[in-house]
Amino acid sequence: MSKRRPYTRPMAGWWRKNPFFVEYMIHEGTALFVAAYGVVLLIGLVCLAQGEAAWNGWLATMKHPLAVIFHLAVLAMMSYHSWTWFKIMPKTMPPVVIGGKRLAPAMITGGGLAVTAVASLILLGLAWGLTR
Amino acid sequence: MKRSNAPIFWGLFGAGGMLAAILGPALVFITGIAVPLGVLLAPDAMSYANMMAFAQSWIGKAFVLAIVPLFLWHAGHRIFHSLHDVGIHGGTGARLICYGGALLGTLITLWALLSIGF
Repeated sequence: MSKRRPYTRPMAGWWRKNPFFVEYMIHEGTALFVAAYGVVLLIGLVCLAQGEAAWNGWLATMKHPLAVIFHLAVLAMMSYHSWTWFKIMPKTMPPVVIGGKRLAPAMITGGGLAVTAVASLILLGLAWGLTR
Repeated sequence: MKRSNAPIFWGLFGAGGMLAAILGPALVFITGIAVPLGVLLAPDAMSYANMMAFAQSWIGKAFVLAIVPLFLWHAGHRIFHSLHDVGIHGGTGARLICYGGALLGTLITLWALLSIGF
């Protein structure tokens, strides 16, 4: 083992020093909630495959106050994911040129959020109309 | 030169992220809040009969197959790349957990959709 101990800048909590990085870490953190929600749906699907008793058990669990609080947190983080996803999109997608001019970032972000709003209304409308 | 497999995982990440952005909030509201609390939607909207009919239809199967695995692939990819930011320089082990978890979830989804039948 070498006796040299070169200075290494400590990395712990680096992202707390800059609001931009805090925002970055929160939007990366939404992945934990997307994963958790995916797993909740997957468990529901497996219960559905196992029969009516298992399914009703899953539904009852979803009614537990802790489950509802959990889903409120997921809703907040999922919405934040939507917002940052489209906010960052102008930087991550190839430039779109329409009529010789580059499409403005605000148009891409706004377009994505508009699609989300319309799709949400359609989904809610379908769920409401089909299960009434 | 060996071709990189990165575009595949990035593609799954992007597709899942897009679906989560467009449909995620409404979906969470429906399954996690509206139905359990009985607000806006009927409390029995997700009854066994309703959900079996949904999962047995081709449209329902396609929807579930798009949502569940792609959410997991999106999250797995993003979590794997964020490990570095929190000081975990994960190699094969982290890859196995993040992508292996998504793959396992995909296989379980396929198995469940098949065993539910048509």
